[in-house]
Amino acid sequence: MKAAPARPDAPSGLARLPYAGRPGAATAAGLLFASLALFPLLAHMLGDPFLLVIATRVMIFGLAAMSLDLILGYGALVSFGHAAFIGIGAYAVAILAAHGIDELLIQALVAIAASSLFALATGAISLRTRGVYFIMITLAFGQMAYFFMVSLSAYGGDDGISLAARSTLFGSDVLENDLALFYAVFLCLALAFLGLRAVVASRFGRVLRGTRDNRTRMEAIGFAPFAYQLIAYVIAGGLAGLAGVFLANQAEFVAPAFMSWQRSGELIVMVVLGGMGTLVGPIVGSIAFLLLEDWLARFSEHWRLGLGIVLVLLALFTRGGISGLVARLTGGAPR
Amino acid sequence: MLNLFLLQTLNGLQFGILLFLVAAGLTLIFGIMDLINLAHGVLYMVGAYLAATFTAYTGDFFLGLAIALPVALAFGILLERLIFQRLYERDHLDQVLATFGLILILNEGVKILWGAAPLSVPIPDMLAGSIPLIGNLRYPLFRLVIIGAGLATALGLYLLVHHTRIGMLLRAGASNGPIVSALGVDIKRLFMLVFGLGAMLAALAGALVAPILSVEPGMGDSILILTFVVIVIGGVGSIRGAFVAAILVGLVDTLGRTFGPILLRTLMDPSAASQTGRTLAPMLIYILMAAVLFLRPTGLFPARAAAR
Repeated sequence: MKAAPARPDAPSGLARLPYAGRPGAATAAGLLFASLALFPLLAHMLGDPFLLVIATRVMIFGLAAMSLDLILGYGALVSFGHAAFIGIGAYAVAILAAHGIDELLIQALVAIAASSLFALATGAISLRTRGVYFIMITLAFGQMAYFFMVSLSAYGGDDGISLAARSTLFGSDVLENDLALFYAVFLCLALAFLGLRAVVASRFGRVLRGTRDNRTRMEAIGFAPFAYQLIAYVIAGGLAGLAGVFLANQAEFVAPAFMSWQRSGELIVMVVLGGMGTLVGPIVGSIAFLLLEDWLARFSEHWRLGLGIVLVLLALFTRGGISGLVARLTGGAPR
Repeated sequence: MLNLFLLQTLNGLQFGILLFLVAAGLTLIFGIMDLINLAHGVLYMVGAYLAATFTAYTGDFFLGLAIALPVALAFGILLERLIFQRLYERDHLDQVLATFGLILILNEGVKILWGAAPLSVPIPDMLAGSIPLIGNLRYPLFRLVIIGAGLATALGLYLLVHHTRIGMLLRAGASNGPIVSALGVDIKRLFMLVFGLGAMLAALAGALVAPILSVEPGMGDSILILTFVVIVIGGVGSIRGAFVAAILVGLVDTLGRTFGPILLRTLMDPSAASQTGRTLAPMLIYILMAAVLFLRPTGLFPARAAAR
């Protein structure tokens, strides 16, 4: 039999991803969520309330990275503008709060609607392109959103805007409590995980993965990949917008820097670091990335140098990020 | 008004030429090696730093430039040997990651070596001041020199790509690398050369703006994004496309910032117009890019229509 023809739109590394995760993926997810749920207990025992803040931040970025992985890992769509959705979600909170609307549920709804809509409009244009063009056009849309916020002086412009208080939940200010915020984020992360797992396992998810692996064949058997990819792009954008809502609440501050292209790059790094094409991977990746950042920052103000070296080495010498590395070290089959 | 228009057109042209110098190297690397190099912008920054250092050291801008360019070439070749060489066969995601890491390394490295404070390079005496153009319109001589140097480089590049043997191999490599390699051309050396040349062009752009902008860490990041916009509008791999798109982006950006608010003032009240203009101006080129891609998904002058 002849070898499959070259697939111009499916880069080789992405095509080798597993389908829904290796056996044990469910155990890994269970362990991860159980330890996250119990983490406040540990933080309390260690008597370091700052740990809780870091953990909340990790879960927020985990949510954003997980949403990115729906299109990156399961769709082979290297989006370089994902931070824009986080920024839109965060600004939804800040702008609504500035006009006296503090209710989290309303803010979250607006944030998800706005970021989904932005994803729908930009995705419809971006998905007409392939490969390098897709990477760069998503980058351009991210920059467009960034510059829009930089020049919007009514809401802080370049300097960003501080929130007077965190959002209220059904009128109560319970989220002012870091522990309550932690569990609110945890709940959303867990729900998003379950939702995405269902999406990935569904017929829709199989078409998405099929397109990732061989677009030509999917088209030949009668699917129109564009619609599937666009819906995945919109879901990913909406979830990242939700992450933005929590990021704004956690920091009590929103700035255009939330949507800079470097931030989008960091999200890709989180996904790759943890392992693409799994849903637990991006969460692990965001834990690893933020801890690495924190750890390196202790040694020197030039910690980005260390981070850069780690990234170059990871890109050059590992395949499949941390989970790939673990699989190889534990004697599992390399992907 | 006419004078302002001419002045801003020249500014736009100068900006576009600069973008072209950075984009030319990147488009060669993209088009021929299919490599996404996010670190191209930091090479521009390195060029500016090298020019600033050697100018301060020798006390002469031209001498500084003459030393900085070969050093940048050598630096580019060194990076190619150490890192990029290993990335050609990898997928785009690995390339994005590795070059993203390289940005962090070089931005931080520059801070360690030269400090975080911006450096300034004086405009050489010979090229200081401005010269009269039409009527009472005067234009800074140094900016005219940048335009001239950029156009000369563009011409040189055109001759190199279309009228030399190396250029022939480059074009052949862009359309079918494996065949060129099979014909006995040392494609590795060709790649190394192209990469070095690209690094040197970016460095030249950085060196040329060193006297009119401040030289600081991170200065390559914003130009990188603009360069991507240029390449995408022009069509990946096409030098001609990069040239046209660079001038277009330079003009649209510069003229949009000046005349956007003026045009809007005919439609709305002055304060709303200036606010809207300020908001829209930085987005104009991204809107231009989205529009071009919407109509022509592979850019204005796609080098390889069917390849991607």
